[in-house]
Amino acid sequence: MPVSCEWRRSLCCERVAHWGAGVNYQFRFDLVWGSVPELLVGALLTIQLSMIAMVIGVLVAVASAVARMAGPTWLKWIISAYVEIIRNTPFLVQIFIVFFGLPSIGIRLDPNTSALFALTLNVAAYVTEILRAGIESVPKGQTEAGVALGLGRIQVFISVVLKPAIKSVYPALTSQYVLLMLQSSVISAISADELTAIANDVASRTFASFEVYIIVTVIYFAMGIAFSSMFAGLSRLLFSYPDR
Amino acid sequence: MIRPFGINEFLTILYATQWTLLLSVIALIGGGIGGALIAMLRTGKYKIVRYAASAFVVVFQGTPLLMQLFLVFFGASIIGLNVNPWLAAAIGLTLHASAYLGDIWRGCIESVPRGQWEAAKAVGLSYRTTMFDVVLPQALSVALPPTVGFFVQLIKMTSVTAIIGFAELTRTGQIINNVTFEPFLVFSIVGVIYFCLCWPLSYLSTRLERRYATL
Repeated sequence: MPVSCEWRRSLCCERVAHWGAGVNYQFRFDLVWGSVPELLVGALLTIQLSMIAMVIGVLVAVASAVARMAGPTWLKWIISAYVEIIRNTPFLVQIFIVFFGLPSIGIRLDPNTSALFALTLNVAAYVTEILRAGIESVPKGQTEAGVALGLGRIQVFISVVLKPAIKSVYPALTSQYVLLMLQSSVISAISADELTAIANDVASRTFASFEVYIIVTVIYFAMGIAFSSMFAGLSRLLFSYPDR
Repeated sequence: MIRPFGINEFLTILYATQWTLLLSVIALIGGGIGGALIAMLRTGKYKIVRYAASAFVVVFQGTPLLMQLFLVFFGASIIGLNVNPWLAAAIGLTLHASAYLGDIWRGCIESVPRGQWEAAKAVGLSYRTTMFDVVLPQALSVALPPTVGFFVQLIKMTSVTAIIGFAELTRTGQIINNVTFEPFLVFSIVGVIYFCLCWPLSYLSTRLERRYATL
């Protein structure tokens, strides 16, 4: 486990006391600059984890959508239960169950794999729900038109249902991705090597907690903006065909 | 010093639920006040105020809640205040909730057609009368389902305060796990409690949404 916050903060308070009370706090960004490359490596892992989780999440969501349309009733029940359970419990508890809980039933994963597993489990439920809304927004007449044109079932599903559905929920999917990336900071609680965990490390080494977290917050903010604009650009590329 | 998981351990966890609930309610009230302010500023007349309010929302929605909590927690000691985890959690969550509710409610205010503002202006109503007697009553019914939905998010978000050491439900689960070493059982119970808090609200939110959608 990482060094507790309170302990680190008491050190931070000591520094304030040392330099004079309260408002005269001197920011010591110089203590932290050297660790920025290390933080960027952590940021890279954050991006990798959330990217892989998102891709698998979308695949799971598509599979769930197929199962909901054509699968047996019990499978639909399982999918609904899964979505409701994940969406109504905190992510932190989900990580704890994956990281601390699973070893007691014989599944042992290292922190990074646990983090990836928990992130995927989490985001897949949200994406399933988003995609369901998207598929419901595709008018029934459109599917019927596809069948009438003599397309096969798979072709109808992919080009007539799935593609327009993804197009209509694309903004929701991209904001879900950014949320996922921000939420991944919580996995520092199991000491994976992502951005926040590295930040905790640097903070307990330099005792400049506030400075470190300011820098890390800016990194998260920049990553969010970068991905948002990248996805917006991508949407112009992917969905520029006319649909009416 | 491992002890078995018994009824006392279960009750300790159950008892900690009150702190989760209390923190959620405080954040909802604080965030509600902040959010109402943000929503009104963002739909107001002055461009610079609108920009400032939008910037607040963008920053708090664009950075992790955990970082916001850390910055409040460590930042308070910098200006010489010894803030305990309780207060840091309440302040952090209130700011976070203000940004989200401000954004949700702005959408609701804007969902009231522009023509109504113009009509109110044409009959000589003041900004206050227009806002409180014309726009808000209509916006409120639109706002209810997403607000209930956000409350569910807020309850889940309170778990993050466990990381800065606030002994709510999740943190208590961790503490109990440290003495009983029954992680699967303990965190499943914690998860079930969250589910019991959140699911009825989620269900309510969906029901409300459907009801207003058919109106």
